[in-house]
Amino acid sequence: MEHHKKTIFIADDDPDYLFQLQVLLQKNGFQVITADSQREAQKIIERIKPDLAIVDLMMENEDSGFILSYQIKRLYPNVPVIIFTAVKAETGINFENELGMNSQWVKADLFLPKGLRSDQLIREINKLLKLNLG
Amino acid sequence: MAKLKILVVDDEPFIRSGIHRILDNFKVDYPFMTEPYECEILDAPTGEDAIEIIIKDRPDIVLLDNKLPGIQGVEVLSYVKKKKFDIVVIMITSYASLDLAVRATNDGAHDFVPKPFTPQELRSVIESTAKHIYLKRMTQQMNLAGKQIRFQFLSVLSHELKAPLNAIEGYLQMMKEKQLGDKIEDYMQVLDRSLTRINGMRTLILDLLDMTRIETGEKEKKIEKLNLCTIAQTSIDTCKPMAIQRDVKIRLDCPKDLEFEADAYDMEIIFNNLISNAVKYNKKSGEVTVRIYKDEDNLVIEVSDTGIGMTAEETSRLFQEFVRIKNEKTRNITGSGLGLSIVKKIVETYNGNISVQSTPDVGSIFIITLPVQSLAQIIQ
Repeated sequence: MEHHKKTIFIADDDPDYLFQLQVLLQKNGFQVITADSQREAQKIIERIKPDLAIVDLMMENEDSGFILSYQIKRLYPNVPVIIFTAVKAETGINFENELGMNSQWVKADLFLPKGLRSDQLIREINKLLKLNLG
Repeated sequence: MAKLKILVVDDEPFIRSGIHRILDNFKVDYPFMTEPYECEILDAPTGEDAIEIIIKDRPDIVLLDNKLPGIQGVEVLSYVKKKKFDIVVIMITSYASLDLAVRATNDGAHDFVPKPFTPQELRSVIESTAKHIYLKRMTQQMNLAGKQIRFQFLSVLSHELKAPLNAIEGYLQMMKEKQLGDKIEDYMQVLDRSLTRINGMRTLILDLLDMTRIETGEKEKKIEKLNLCTIAQTSIDTCKPMAIQRDVKIRLDCPKDLEFEADAYDMEIIFNNLISNAVKYNKKSGEVTVRIYKDEDNLVIEVSDTGIGMTAEETSRLFQEFVRIKNEKTRNITGSGLGLSIVKKIVETYNGNISVQSTPDVGSIFIITLPVQSLAQIIQ
């Protein structure tokens, strides 16, 4: 059973958020790899191909999430990437509309607000991984 | 050089060419202006032509005759006002129709020039109008910049205040769903982290209040003779528990009888922030040295550490609000991101200066100089 586990890579510079997400995903049967900075994330994705990646938008840089998403997609075009952001709620900037999801340079599959309910997050992840859990 | 576009609207060709002669290459230069305005003259024989040019070229000033072949000057004026163009309109009127000029002024014309006018009269009207435009634009720019800084500050602040709430909410959710087990002991780490985040939030709120008080000048300074060694020692004692935990030694180098006139609370904030930073950003078993002395004109406070240090790029951002240097070495260190900007604001109220020298992995030294003589002015 163990080798069927899907690997999710998460990058966030808030250690508490990273821990909570890790526990949630492990509870839901995923194997989890974490990075707490853009730089560490870059090192990890060079070596490991996850089945899905969740990256925080703002880490060392305001656009860390965009940079990571771009690099993940360049290395592994088929790996879905979710960008997590608290920016939407605070500024009213709606990335989906502002950038267009077909945008050539932001390659993320999904933007999700931080503080999303855990069952909603798991549902979105399963959708992207095309897991049908009935 | 900035251009001042002036549109002359008059059906008499000799008036238009006359104004060209008077104002072409005319420069307006006041000592308070960063660069002079140079006049550029456009002209139109009718009101209809004028409106076309206004739409296309957006002049800064319109010199407008009222009696025109088609639509009248006042109609051009009301068009400019209706469209809310940022254009100053000056009416050119004959002495016989001064009452019209007065009415036009009431309707939004900035000024009027009675016809006939001398070159000097026209130039001085243009000069005072240019001054008006310059000051209006400067004010607009300053308001805009102020608003933007305020907006930026508030959006970062709301982010910083929400982050701990989100973290604590997440932990409570974990407990509610019993994600880590059924016993309370399974959640000790969760509880510790929640308490840490609550403390961080409290520090942020207190720092924020300090900063607001300094910025609004609400806090009155109580200037008195202070023994700085005592104040520094109190701050060192406050930081002791954290220093012991990290095995950091703090040394105080200060002449016992050193006195300085200042507000005690201000000095406490300065020492607390600098010393706690020097401990927090130190290496295990590192050292902090607090040196206080007077040279000819200044009181000097130096706080040095043997810590992680910073790159030149990092030090350049250090005193900005909410800037916390993020890298692998600082990831587990908490702070509000306001401490140093508060220190800087306080130091500035004493006409003092704060600077930092730093080498990555070697350490940093913060140097504050407070002029001794300026205090008389602060007390006033």
